[in-house]
Amino acid sequence: MIDNPKTGMTLIVKTITRLTVGLIMLFGIYIILHGHVSPGGGFAGGVIVALSFVHLMLAFGKDTAIARISKNMASNLESIGAMMFLFIALLGFLGGSFFLNVFAKGSPFDLFSAGTIPLSNIAIGIKVGVGLFAIFLALVVLERSK
Amino acid sequence: MTLYFLCLILFCVGLYGVLRKRNLVKIIVGLGIMEYAMNLFFVLLGYRFHGRAPIEAKDQDILNMVDPLPQALVLTSIVIGLGVTALVISIALRIYEKYGTFDITKIKRLKG
Amino acid sequence: MNNVTIIPFFVIIPLAAAFLISLVGRLVKRSGEVIIFTSSLALLGFSVYARFLLNSQVGKIMIYKIGGWMPPFGICMVLDGLSGFMLVTVNLIAFFVAVYSLSYMEQYTDKPKFFTLFSLMVCGMNGVIITGDLFNLFVFLEIASIASYALVAFGTEAEELEASFKYAIMGSVASAFIFIGIAFLYSFTSTLNMADMGRILSYKQNAWLIPFVGVLFLMGFGLKSALVPFHAWLPDAHPSAPAPISAMLSGILIKTLGVYSLIRIFFNIIGSTHGYLTILMFLGVASMLVAVVLALSQWDLKRLLAYHSISQIGYVVLGIGLGTPLGIFGGLFHLFNHSVFKSLLFLNSGAVDYAAGTRELKETGGLGKLMPVTAKTSLIASMSIAGIPPFNGFFSKAIIIIACLQKGFFGYAICAAIGSILTLASFMKVQKFVFLGEIKEKLKNIREVPFAMVFSMVCLALICVFGGLMLMPSLRFFLDDAVTVILKGTSYAGIVLEAASRQ
Repeated sequence: MIDNPKTGMTLIVKTITRLTVGLIMLFGIYIILHGHVSPGGGFAGGVIVALSFVHLMLAFGKDTAIARISKNMASNLESIGAMMFLFIALLGFLGGSFFLNVFAKGSPFDLFSAGTIPLSNIAIGIKVGVGLFAIFLALVVLERSK
Repeated sequence: MTLYFLCLILFCVGLYGVLRKRNLVKIIVGLGIMEYAMNLFFVLLGYRFHGRAPIEAKDQDILNMVDPLPQALVLTSIVIGLGVTALVISIALRIYEKYGTFDITKIKRLKG
Repeated sequence: MNNVTIIPFFVIIPLAAAFLISLVGRLVKRSGEVIIFTSSLALLGFSVYARFLLNSQVGKIMIYKIGGWMPPFGICMVLDGLSGFMLVTVNLIAFFVAVYSLSYMEQYTDKPKFFTLFSLMVCGMNGVIITGDLFNLFVFLEIASIASYALVAFGTEAEELEASFKYAIMGSVASAFIFIGIAFLYSFTSTLNMADMGRILSYKQNAWLIPFVGVLFLMGFGLKSALVPFHAWLPDAHPSAPAPISAMLSGILIKTLGVYSLIRIFFNIIGSTHGYLTILMFLGVASMLVAVVLALSQWDLKRLLAYHSISQIGYVVLGIGLGTPLGIFGGLFHLFNHSVFKSLLFLNSGAVDYAAGTRELKETGGLGKLMPVTAKTSLIASMSIAGIPPFNGFFSKAIIIIACLQKGFFGYAICAAIGSILTLASFMKVQKFVFLGEIKEKLKNIREVPFAMVFSMVCLALICVFGGLMLMPSLRFFLDDAVTVILKGTSYAGIVLEAASRQ
């Protein structure tokens, strides 16, 4: 991330942001993946992932953030997240009923357990994260019409 | 019991904001307070005496938890509130562009 | 595959179509139109098939348990006579409006986004109709409402944004009241399933809870269905939307989110008492008269049609509030008829707007010679809404007035007749100013609208003409089953729970 002194905030904020943005996203992914073991899950983790991108946009200005995820890519990723969730729900039809949990359940409190619930969490996490960032983009990149 | 009354009083505070304030942004803030109050009310309905948080862990038994169903439903309701707030804020921004003011007594082109 | 597995597809198909259009619509030309056409045609086919399938089931009810969980623990989807009736109405109008908007939306810049929001709104409405769980109804109601707030503001002109803001704030306040009502009911019965809640409410009594929750639901759902003290958003929101969306909002949204939810909760879960029915009848008659008087002074075509929507919903609520079999039959028949002819009237106003570029009655004139199909269908719809035989509006209004007289409410019957006469006066004004008279200078070059719009309008007009045939004994099962479900009242709970354990 190049430091352009005209856009964004001061040098101290930019240095700290470079160090913490990756950690914030990693924390968000941790909350998404452990949704079936500890509190959190898709929505809360997705909001934290979105906040990492918003942090980038606040500190460096909107051009750096748009270079990472552009508006088109945000819209496409959001639709892909929703289609993934619908596909997982339709997989239940293989077992006989809509939304049924068809994968192996495993033993409780393991990371790879509880069937399709972690996959649903990942789909929701992608959709909420990218969707919330797309809302911020739409509010910031508002073209002045006059 | 007083806790539920305080929640409903907070709901009425938000309703007052929606009904009587003249600035568009203050109406949106009043709507936000109403959403908070109704979510809080729904979560507090699940309280059981001497209950603990409804999280399952390896060494604790399932007895003595508060009701987990309202907590899951309130998560959905918070997301819905977020969606409505985002939509209404972007509409308010565009109204400012077109009309030049946030005052609802001046945004009155549709009448009759 | 069992017969019952058709039920979740009413929610799956529009949801998949919405996200598919949002993904592919910008990349491949015309793909958005193809996807929306096939999905709405499929929904119409499924709804008619499901309605005929219902006739052959034992007890005329089909239950689908999501995930295989039994009803008090899981969410179940219920298809009975009332749901089948509403599903056919909603998907029929949605199909014709989708075909109409294939060529109407050429004037706007972002067609894929429009079809995504349209499909989400249809998904929300279908979900409200078939669900059997109270919080699930709230979630689908919010999906449909948020999609409609965004669709009203679609053109982003100044007046559309103002109308959409007003609609969004009032709709959110109504949803807040509904949520608090659901919270009170949950705390009293500790279950969210509609059938289970009905069963528990019938033997657990409380003096102040049921009237309190009843008032909260009346405020919330009354605002969604535009009954008279809560109608102030409708005359601003419905004209500002693009014409196909006005047809959807006036035609089916205020009926599923408002009237259907009121019926389900007041008749099947809480149990109707004499007090509620009196309040419903009073609000219905007030809506009828206040709205039709306010409509007489309007000079904007779509605003006039929006006021008439409020008035006709008053007829429906009056019919249902009577509580007798004939009254409820009349109310539901008028609900179906109003969807058809009000959508047709809004599509006509959209055609006039597309061709002549204006909605004011004083600026149009003599369009009858230049746009013959629009003029004839508009005449059919105007005669239907005014209640002239042999169109379908006459039969439903006559049944409601006869039911009022049977129960002894002479005052309400006279008010209904006066409302009908004033509606006729209003639409004579519309016909005179828009289609008869001299053609203005700048409108000399307009032509008839494209084929997709003409197809929708002609099909809806044919349903208006032949709608009276639904009273024939061979086709009456369509309405009779819905009336039976409402009259059975709280024994809905027993029927659903017994069917769930059987299927």
